[in-house]
Amino acid sequence: MILELHQVACARGGRLLFTQLSLTLGAGEAVVVTGPNGIGKSSLLRLAAGLIAPFEGRVTRSGRIALATEDLALDTERRLGEALSFWARLDGLAAADRRVAASLDTVGLGKLADVPVRLLSTGQRRRAGLARVLAAQAPLWLLDEPGNGLDVAGVAMLERAIADHRAAGGAVLLTTHQPLALTDARTLALDGYVPA
Amino acid sequence: MTAALTLVATLIARDVRRGYAGGGAGLVCGFFLLSVVLFPFAIGPDRAVLMRVGAGAIWVAALLAALLPVERLVAPDVESGWFDQIRVHGLSLPLVMALRIVAHWLAFAPPLMLAALVAAGLFGLETTALVRVEAGLLLGTPGLAALAVATGALTAGLRGAGGLAGLLLLPLALPLLIFGAGSGDMGAPKLLAAVSLMLVAGAPWIAAAAIRSVRD
Repeated sequence: MILELHQVACARGGRLLFTQLSLTLGAGEAVVVTGPNGIGKSSLLRLAAGLIAPFEGRVTRSGRIALATEDLALDTERRLGEALSFWARLDGLAAADRRVAASLDTVGLGKLADVPVRLLSTGQRRRAGLARVLAAQAPLWLLDEPGNGLDVAGVAMLERAIADHRAAGGAVLLTTHQPLALTDARTLALDGYVPA
Repeated sequence: MTAALTLVATLIARDVRRGYAGGGAGLVCGFFLLSVVLFPFAIGPDRAVLMRVGAGAIWVAALLAALLPVERLVAPDVESGWFDQIRVHGLSLPLVMALRIVAHWLAFAPPLMLAALVAAGLFGLETTALVRVEAGLLLGTPGLAALAVATGALTAGLRGAGGLAGLLLLPLALPLLIFGAGSGDMGAPKLLAAVSLMLVAGAPWIAAAAIRSVRD
C-alpha cells in the first residue's frame, strides 16, 4: 500500500468539501479523480500530499511523493536543467544532473535544458513539471490536471510516462477534466458534500 | 551527514544567488549610500556634528535599506508553489527559513558593511568609531536579516505588502537601532547581540507558521 485515505473529511474556507472518503492506492495502481470545478479535487491531492490536514480521518503514505500542479515552483531566471537539478539534489539523488537530463528527454524538452524557465510556453512548463516528477523517482505521483496545456503529442507522452511508472511499481493519483487513456485506472467521482 | 550538508549548501546557494541576481545587493548598497549622503545635506557640513551623528545615521540608512528586498524574500516562492514542493520533499519549514535568513544575511550584510566604510568616510568617523559601527553592524545585521525574512513571510500574498512590511519591520527593529547606534556605550554591544540572537532564534518559526497559514 502506497497511499491510504481512511474516512477522510476535508474542509476548505469554512466549507466541507467531502466526508467519509476512503481510498487505497497500491503498487501499479492509478486513480483518476473527476468532478466539477471547486468540488475539492485539488484539495484531495493536497491532502494526499500532506500539505493540508484532514478535518476527520487518517491519511497514510509510504515512501516519497512527487507532486505536479499548475504551480511550477521552478526559478524562472535559471536555466531549465539547473532549476530541475535543484529539486533532484534536494531529493539527495545520486547523479542528479544525469537524471534530470534523462527526464527532460522523456518529456521532449531535452533541447531546452539551457533555456531560462521564464521563456517556456504554457505547454512546455507543464512538461517541465512532469520532468521534475520523473526525476524525483518517487513511488507516488500526485498530478493535478497534468494534461492542461499539453498538445496531442504531449498528452500521449503523459499517458506513456504514467504507464511506465505504474509498470515499474509506482502509483498515481491524478485529477483531470480531459479523458486520458490509462489502462485499468479507477475513477473517483467527487460529487460534493450534501448536509444530511 | 554528507546528504545533510549538501541539502544545506544547495538551499543557501540558491537563495544567495537570488539575493545577488538582478543587482539586488547593489540596489541595497546604492540606496544605503544615497540615504547616508542625504544627512550632511540636511544637517549641514559641520564636521563635529557629522561625527557625532554618523553612527546613528548609518544605522537609520541600514534599516531603510533592509526594507528594500523584503517583498522579494518570501512572496515569490509562496506564489510559485516552491514552499509546497519543499514540504512535499519532507523538509522542515523552520529549517528552510533559518537557512534563508543565513542566505539573506550573506547577500545583504557584507556588501552593506563595505558600503558603511564609504559612509563612515563621508561622516569623517575616526578609526575607533568606525570599528564600533562595523562591529555593531556585524552583531545587528543577523537580527535585521531575520526580521526581514519573518516580515516577508507575514506579508506574503497581502495587498500592499511593501508598505505593510515597512510598518511592521521598522518598529520591531527599534531595539536593533537603539543598541546598534549606541554600540559605543557600555553594555550596548551585548544587548545588541542579545536582541539579534532572539530575532534569529524566533524568526524561522514565525516565518514557517506564516507560510503554512497562507497555503493551507
